[in-house]
Amino acid sequence: MTTAVREPGTGETPETPLPGPDPEITAINTKNLKKTYKSPRGNVEAVRGIDLDVPRGEFFGLLGPNGAGKSTTIGMLTTLVAPTGGTALVAGRDVVADPVGVKRRIGVVTQNNTLDMQLTVAENLQFRSRFFGLSSREASRRAAQLIDAFGLGDRRKALAHALSGGQARRLLIARALVHKPDVLFLDEPTAGLDPQTRVNLWEILRVLHAEGQTVLLTTHHMEEAEQLCDRVAIVDHGRVLAEGGVDELKQGAGAATVVTVRFEEQVQPDFPERMGLTARPSVSSAEVDGDQVRVFSAEPDGLLGELVELGAREGLHVRDAAQLRPSLETVFLALTGREYRE
Amino acid sequence: MTATAQPADVGAGASEFTAASIAALISAAPEPRPTLAKTFAAMMAREFRVLGRNAISTFTRAVLQPLLFVFVFSYVLPKIGGGMMVAGGTGAGGGSGPGLSSAGGGVTFATILVPGLMASMLLMQAIFGTTMPLVMEFSWQRTIEDRALAPVPIRVLAIQKILAGAIQSFIGACIVFPIVLLVHAAGQAPHVHVTNWVLLVAIMVFGATSASSLGLLLGTLVDPRKMQMLFAVILLPLTMLGCVYYPWSALGSIKWLQIASLVNPMVYMAEGLRAVLTPSMGHMPLWAVLLALVGGTVVFGSLATRTFRNRVVN
Repeated sequence: MTTAVREPGTGETPETPLPGPDPEITAINTKNLKKTYKSPRGNVEAVRGIDLDVPRGEFFGLLGPNGAGKSTTIGMLTTLVAPTGGTALVAGRDVVADPVGVKRRIGVVTQNNTLDMQLTVAENLQFRSRFFGLSSREASRRAAQLIDAFGLGDRRKALAHALSGGQARRLLIARALVHKPDVLFLDEPTAGLDPQTRVNLWEILRVLHAEGQTVLLTTHHMEEAEQLCDRVAIVDHGRVLAEGGVDELKQGAGAATVVTVRFEEQVQPDFPERMGLTARPSVSSAEVDGDQVRVFSAEPDGLLGELVELGAREGLHVRDAAQLRPSLETVFLALTGREYRE
Repeated sequence: MTATAQPADVGAGASEFTAASIAALISAAPEPRPTLAKTFAAMMAREFRVLGRNAISTFTRAVLQPLLFVFVFSYVLPKIGGGMMVAGGTGAGGGSGPGLSSAGGGVTFATILVPGLMASMLLMQAIFGTTMPLVMEFSWQRTIEDRALAPVPIRVLAIQKILAGAIQSFIGACIVFPIVLLVHAAGQAPHVHVTNWVLLVAIMVFGATSASSLGLLLGTLVDPRKMQMLFAVILLPLTMLGCVYYPWSALGSIKWLQIASLVNPMVYMAEGLRAVLTPSMGHMPLWAVLLALVGGTVVFGSLATRTFRNRVVN
């Protein structure tokens, strides 16, 4: 595994992919990919060694809370963040040694609105097309296709800063598709959008995926990952905690329903043992976290009421309670011991 | 997938986007054929499109400051009796340093101002053309990523920005020339005589590129939130002490300032233009001017491409 830090490439490397995974099969491959930000106040390890293997045509999700390292990872894969260790190949090109080769083959929808605010909707698409070598005529034709397909016809001549959040997102996606990218990167593409617009964008992304487009999506919305992704890597504190299909993950670490009861008082750490919770075959684990008791169970029926009753025997007063059915949220909870906060 | 969806926030009259049309986009996408030259040309075309869109504000910005300046110093003051003549002339600013010597009578202040204001415009337009856009591009939205993802090395993007700024700077100086030449009171006309057109163009080109390189360097070093400080701390001293309003050789009587001025790139722009536009005024040797401007372009340009890359690639 390579961990050496290399100088950024000049972008003038030959057009041949590096030895490694076959780019006809593998779209993204990272090995021990790391990023440490250095500052006078101390180093921040944003990504602590991530291994990813995303085949062509897959819709892959990086799921994690804010600050988990998702955007830094996508930044490294799109050449905008310099790795401090490990390797990353995108479409067979090394992101450090051949950043231009990578940029030719990717489309990127950034988390921020990076549209060219001084250009119109049409011009944003035309100039992006021309950046990728299309003639003025081809660029105009391509822009017209994209504008129609993404429902931006009546905003064609509007300056980018005049677009609503949803329109800007659609234009960002359209712009990322001007040159038929091998891999489409989407960094929190629905952040800040209303639910209706979000669902519409999902529809677009599903169509792209159905057409064979490889997509890497970062999101902190569990539902988004469940709705769209073939496979998901759950990321926290710069590490991949689990990786697999959504159903596969649910059947594994997150197979249990999680019943949580929060009391007004602090709970004794040995509460689960004393109450015989851990001895039950249906309970995979039970834990105390300050004022709350959390039980992971395959048979959750009646468990919540039972926990309330057991707490009352100990003189504990219930503040609130929740029951989470198996989902990526319960997977995250099982893996980290922390509730998932978007 | 055959679903048809209507975007939630598209106004009336918007065409529907359909699964089929989006699917067709993938299969019908033209094969990209980017080359460094094509991408660079497209980036320059984008700059000209933006420049054209902002033409009125750019033109107004370029014209107003020098117009007011020559109006006050070459028209109003001479009319009210405070006209400036140097080297045997009358009025404030008169002096007899070696730089102010003139063959045949006095030199109008307008003669000093022509190269000085053109140099000032070279610097100001370059700063507006390179530094100011970076404020938005490096702000929290980081719109610079739009072009940073174009299929060229980041340093090519930096060079493109320098070139775009230099072109704006060159155009700005050209706009100023007729203004400072024509606006003056009777008897206050500047004595302009172009000795060598090739040298004039060379000095303007290298003046523009060195100013633009400096602009990119400043834009990548200064925190965008503190950009207004740039004017007070850097641009104002550069302009006021940049031999815009007096020739460098006239500073002979303030030796420390004359020597200290040598670190100011604007001095070389003003002196170079003085040498080719108003050769009757004392000026720096041309070889020194050209060396400084070409050297400034290389040094500022190298530093700026490096700092630019460091800002773009985190």
